[in-house]
Amino acid sequence: MLAAILSRLLRMVVVMFGISVITFLIFFATPSSDPAARIAGKNAAQETIEAVRKDFGLDRPLYVQYGLMMKRLFITRDLTSFANRGQQIVPAVAAAAPATLSLVSGAAVLWMLGGILTGITAAAWRGRWPDKLLMGISMMAVAMPVFWVGEMVNLITQNRLHDTWAFSWVPALGYTPFSQDPGLWFRSMVFPWLTLAFLYIGLYGRMLRTGIIETYQEDFIRTARAKGLTGRKVLLKHATRSAIIPIVIMFGMDFGVLVGGAAVLTEVVFGINGVGRLTYQALKVLDLPMIMATVLYASFFVVVANAVVDLLCLLIDPRMRRA
Amino acid sequence: MTDLATLTPAAAVGTRPILSIRDLSVSFLGARNSWTRVIEGLSFDVAPGETVALVGESGSGKSVTSLSVLGLLDPATSRLEGSILLDGHDVLKLDEAGMIRHIRGQAAAMIFQEPMTSLHPIYRVGDQIMEALTSHRDMPKAEARRQAIALLERVRIPNAAKRIDDYPHAFSGGMRQRVMIAMALASRPKLLIADEPTTALDVTVQGEILDLLKDLQAEFGMAMLFITHDMGVVAEMADRTVVMLRGRSVEQGPTAAIFADPQQPYTRALLASVPVLGSMKGEPAPLRFPVVDMKTGVAGEALPLRSKPDLTAPILDVRDLVTRFDVRGGMLNRRVARVHAVENVSFRIFPGETLSLVGESGCGKSTTGRSIIRLNDRSTGSVRLGDDDLFGLGAEAMRRKRREIQMIPQDPLASMNPRMTVGDALVEPFLEHGMGTAAEGRAKAARLMDQVGLTAAMLERYPHEFSGGQRQRVCIARALMLDPRLIIADESVSALDVSVKAQVVNLLLDIQDRMGIAFLFISHDIAVVERISHRIAVMYMGEIVEIGPRAEILERPRHAYTRQLIGAVTVPDPARRHLRRNLAVTELRTPIRPLDYAPPVRRYEEVAPGHLVMIEG
Repeated sequence: MLAAILSRLLRMVVVMFGISVITFLIFFATPSSDPAARIAGKNAAQETIEAVRKDFGLDRPLYVQYGLMMKRLFITRDLTSFANRGQQIVPAVAAAAPATLSLVSGAAVLWMLGGILTGITAAAWRGRWPDKLLMGISMMAVAMPVFWVGEMVNLITQNRLHDTWAFSWVPALGYTPFSQDPGLWFRSMVFPWLTLAFLYIGLYGRMLRTGIIETYQEDFIRTARAKGLTGRKVLLKHATRSAIIPIVIMFGMDFGVLVGGAAVLTEVVFGINGVGRLTYQALKVLDLPMIMATVLYASFFVVVANAVVDLLCLLIDPRMRRA
Repeated sequence: MTDLATLTPAAAVGTRPILSIRDLSVSFLGARNSWTRVIEGLSFDVAPGETVALVGESGSGKSVTSLSVLGLLDPATSRLEGSILLDGHDVLKLDEAGMIRHIRGQAAAMIFQEPMTSLHPIYRVGDQIMEALTSHRDMPKAEARRQAIALLERVRIPNAAKRIDDYPHAFSGGMRQRVMIAMALASRPKLLIADEPTTALDVTVQGEILDLLKDLQAEFGMAMLFITHDMGVVAEMADRTVVMLRGRSVEQGPTAAIFADPQQPYTRALLASVPVLGSMKGEPAPLRFPVVDMKTGVAGEALPLRSKPDLTAPILDVRDLVTRFDVRGGMLNRRVARVHAVENVSFRIFPGETLSLVGESGCGKSTTGRSIIRLNDRSTGSVRLGDDDLFGLGAEAMRRKRREIQMIPQDPLASMNPRMTVGDALVEPFLEHGMGTAAEGRAKAARLMDQVGLTAAMLERYPHEFSGGQRQRVCIARALMLDPRLIIADESVSALDVSVKAQVVNLLLDIQDRMGIAFLFISHDIAVVERISHRIAVMYMGEIVEIGPRAEILERPRHAYTRQLIGAVTVPDPARRHLRRNLAVTELRTPIRPLDYAPPVRRYEEVAPGHLVMIEG
């Protein structure tokens, strides 16, 4: 067990090191990315740029620059932005992370519950109207872009019907930290959660339905039926537990990627200052320290979420415990 | 002592049958909403304590019959008519809830062909048995567990109290079938339906399971409906037999009568096609199967192989072949053990000769075949084909050399590209090896199709348009396209029905007669091996334990394992009805060894000319 965790940690370090190196190299290969010119500002004289280059150590070999950046990011934690002078990177990411985590975690609970319920219900009534209805809605959920859904939700809850009894409780757009006002935090997150979860409920519901229906072809389902189990027990205990494994694996990926910043569209639509938005802004101005920090932060969550999922799979499926 | 009376049909006369099927018809919904009859007018009875065998070739509807009895067919795509009376309930009139209350896991229980996939992989075997116990009656968990252990002991699983908490993957195929049987017995059913319960198992394991079923039937006094394609198993298990053909019952009656005096041509043909171990005593050369006239069921004369192997120089010389695979795991995916799949195997094959490799699953016989043509690159030793050392050739030279060794696979459908016509599949390797133009390839393919008993017009068809036997003929034609000197046939006839199996074996012998090709015939089916081989090598745990001329090995086996293997083969002789092999229950033995394992140096004793036996101990 300890060996497994250690080997997992080692792999995580290797992955993050690889990603940071690639990010670093790609940045310097990008046209007009010269950090010195950016720091010096528009229309700066050549001498100013050279001075900045020397000041910031940008004239030193790349590996030295890489080492310095990692040291300032992880050890001294005083790495500053190239674009916004004096902006400290680590606190900025630390401030954005809770917003994204709140958004994605809440949505994840909703979409796992909704997706599993949808998948099981559709599989149980396969070919009949509950199945057709749920699969139709799921298809729509997958097909509609999340920013469009978000805008429509805003249109209704913030604008058209905001003053009616139904939506008057919805606060204005934006994120309120949980520590500040839990009630407000919850009320402001309800519609972002639903919006983000909608797409994934559709995806997961469809996948689980297909998985359950495929599992019904298995010999062990025939065995379960032959020994006289009720239809409900066959469905919930024998078919669903096998079919849920791919869903759990996919959940790990999706959760990690979203916490890492892929929820940017939802964040922007609902005015939440999360990691996705931070990354997007950093990319617009080619701000290497910020890009580096957010990319590493994202890769950390993807790797951690995958490790957690692997553990979950071990709990569900004993066959994976052998290796 | 068992009361033998409960086992014989005589006692059953007069009592009410436990299962009575009358005029059963089953239709399946096919393409374009058309219904196809798969069972037509089937009627038979099973008396309490009696064993009835349903026997027939694939597609005869025997499995569908068994699934109908438990109502396990999908009601949306199947239609059943007639009546099935099981323990006083009319199965076709019961709804799903009624089936669960009275039939499934109550009056009747079922075991299946594939023990590897029939247990739920992610629940402990104990939980699966306990579920069968508690789903029909209220039972405290501790009591269910106690009973599950008792059941596992009943099916002779060693160390049952400990194994109950293992998952299915920790059991071998035979052990899993025992677990399935324990689960079926949980409800003390009056009828046990066994659908090809030993088909997927090795012969020695098959013997153990058949013994177990006979014992349990006597202990529990239950009736059995035994579905199989294997006449040997029928002879050994069944009081009465129902012979099925294309969904109809052709003939039914006491097993002894059916075997001694079959009335219908089809039954006669079926019995005549069965390869029987021991039928080759005194025959000097491989012998074709007699050609059976399917209309009259009369068997013609069996033609022997005319050509003789050319013993001057071997075509294939394998020396000290070793293939090991790493087992990885733990931290950083290190090597933790090694599978000694093939260990110091040496043999020679001469032109026009057939050497058979026999042994049970996992003994390394297929790996040997694959290692010879370098389909895995982890082998050491030397393999000489004619004058070339195959292990010393470069990649391109080896690719060209592959032309001379061709393979015939076990599963012809899986080995053909479904999107390529048979003609393209045949011509492709011909062109790849630069043996001629496309037109020449076509002409050769047409000629070979003719030789394997198909027609040139079939070259335009796709693999799915052929029957199983025809597909295997196509695979043989594909192998012949490159004028090979040696053909490796890996379980090439194992999946075929008996009548088709005989035809394909005859075809292989025809080809050997005509072209003098050597065969390495890999098979677990010893009755077929007896027909086709000049020499036989017996493999066990990656090593050859005995090798020699066919008659020597089969009539005077010296090694304990060879004897065990031959003793386990079923023979279509109803006199063996009450035979018990009394084999010790064997656990799966695998050639997985620790990294520092040094294989012992083996010595062989020549007990007769060319007959070598590994010295044990």
